[in-house]
Amino acid sequence: MERELRLMKGNEAIAEAAIRAGADGYFGYPITPQSEVLEYLTMEKPHERTGMIILQAESEVAAINMVYGGAACGKKVMTSSSSPGISLKQEGITYIAGAELPCLIVNVVRGGPGLGTIQPAQSDYFQATKGGGHGDYKLIVLAPASVQEMADFVELAFDLAFKYRNPAMILSDGAIGQMMEKVWLKPQKERSREFPEWATTGKTPDRERNIITSLNLDPNKQEDFNHKLQAKYREIEKNEVLYEEFQCDDAEYLFVAYGTSARVCQKAIELAREEGIKVGLLRPITLFPFPTVIISRLADQVKGILTVEMSAGQMVEDVRLAVNGKIPVEHWGRMGGIVPTPEEAVENLKSKIIGG
Amino acid sequence: MSDNITKGKMIKPENLVYTKSRVMTDNVTSYCPGCGHGTAHRIIAEVIEEMDIQSEIIGVAPVGCSVLMYDFLDLDIQQAAHGRAPAVATAIKRLMPEKFVFTYQDDGDLAAIGTAETIHACNRGENIMIVFINNGIYGMTGGQMAPTTLEGMKSSTSPYGRDVATMGNPLKMTDIVATLPGTYYVTRQSVQKPANVRKTKKAIRKALEYQKLNRGTCFIEIVSNCPSGWKMTPVESNKWMEDTMFPYYPLGDFKVPEED
Ligand SMILES: Cc1ncc(C[n+]2csc(CCOP(=O)(O)OP(=O)(O)O)c2C)c(N)n1
Ligand code: SF4
Repeated sequence: MERELRLMKGNEAIAEAAIRAGADGYFGYPITPQSEVLEYLTMEKPHERTGMIILQAESEVAAINMVYGGAACGKKVMTSSSSPGISLKQEGITYIAGAELPCLIVNVVRGGPGLGTIQPAQSDYFQATKGGGHGDYKLIVLAPASVQEMADFVELAFDLAFKYRNPAMILSDGAIGQMMEKVWLKPQKERSREFPEWATTGKTPDRERNIITSLNLDPNKQEDFNHKLQAKYREIEKNEVLYEEFQCDDAEYLFVAYGTSARVCQKAIELAREEGIKVGLLRPITLFPFPTVIISRLADQVKGILTVEMSAGQMVEDVRLAVNGKIPVEHWGRMGGIVPTPEEAVENLKSKIIGG
Repeated sequence: MSDNITKGKMIKPENLVYTKSRVMTDNVTSYCPGCGHGTAHRIIAEVIEEMDIQSEIIGVAPVGCSVLMYDFLDLDIQQAAHGRAPAVATAIKRLMPEKFVFTYQDDGDLAAIGTAETIHACNRGENIMIVFINNGIYGMTGGQMAPTTLEGMKSSTSPYGRDVATMGNPLKMTDIVATLPGTYYVTRQSVQKPANVRKTKKAIRKALEYQKLNRGTCFIEIVSNCPSGWKMTPVESNKWMEDTMFPYYPLGDFKVPEED
């Protein structure tokens, strides 16, 4: 299958990109606003196209544990859900992190807490970037801001997951999941026939048995393992930070925003610059590893930072850590499934940062 | 004379009456003396050796006393979260249908926290073998009430005996899964006597043979003991199991394929 231009929803783009990235399996459970991923995959019959397995599980708990099983066989496997379902998956995600298994988890975020709303939100940032489940662990977190990035980040997430033997998450939101845009789809990649040496594929006489577990009854061994994980996360922070700068060169003020909010900020920059306000945008693409260094550097240049998030202010904490008190950092956002407008963003830049 | 008889000289094929399966490791098991887990492991290992499928089988260990199953069986094994083994096994089998896949789970794992995963894997007819150890108690965590704990039976969380009016009735999971069209072979066995061990071993062999033929889920309950949790000697525990557990959980086949 060749490179191809299509008009697709973000959720469909994830599904098609997964087939083309040579994924081996998808395990999911319906929830708005991401059900199109499973619907698209079941409609598309990827088993006939590439041999990829699709299964609707009995719950998100089962789905993530299917991902565990598949990942432990060295297969490229994934799941997707939205906020309440991702909460259910947390047990499985921490086991996957603890067993150092590569996989892709997609969260098309909706507003919470609880059943909340089916409208888009960014209120799962803490859950995605700070662990989410129990224990000291990190996911690699990618935040797409377009349907194109929904597609592109599938392969990127798998590559990073396998490079570091670590679960990777695409943290999207209901707006990007549901909106239709043009998207370039990559040519079909062949499914891998090779197994990593740690995979459970049946113990052959030429090697020791492969065990996939997150259990260490000896606390010293567990601490050694914790150190090993932390070293891996530091390595990821060193090598894999991704971000985009938008009109930062002459900026006196800065928006920091990801995903849908970043698009709102781009428009807000246009409006602000018409009024002579020199504002730029730093868009984190990886939320873990977080673009700390560039934000710290920009803090030496600009007078103040406004983070725009569809939450009560979560990423703002990481921005403040990066800025370390050098300049004012404030948060402004909408909650409950409401997407902020560019006009509101400019107003708040003025009132919270410029006038403040 | 006797000085000349060395171990090496004694171990001759004609003198051998028993040998450890090479699918078992040399590790000392973590099981209490007299516990049924060890025997259940051994016969699984023996069947795998006899069928010569060590390189083709993947096991899934539960959370429970057998969480360390991977220390004792020389197999590729995944350790699953509490109760999730059937979901884990589902994916392994779907992604590698040419391999054999089995779960080994105890009653808390399979019949309490993992009820949904168990029923749905069986209902989908996943081509896996589920070995279900029913000892009526949570052994690993120190003898709490399990879904399978009998009426009136004392445990650390039913210290006055299980009161079914408030604590629910002992769950017969095997009876339930036998009603599901996805299961192909469902049986309840035990391992406290040589005759029973032989029967259970045969059941495991059958289940793996059926798996080769893609027949659906094979479910083997092993009613077992927990001398530590029951606070009995191994001998007492086996007698109590026969006298008290077997009447409520009678041994025998629930679902036997036509081809038998
Ligand atoms: C999510 C979760 N809840 C609780 C536990 C604690 N826990 C460990 S083993 C166990 C019960 C095991 O009982 P059973 O499955 O009957 O196995 P046995 O130890 O009797 O062999 C429990 C509750 C856990 N590990 N994970
Ligand atoms: S606690 Fe019970 S089930 Fe666990 S090993 Fe001891 S006797 Fe066996």
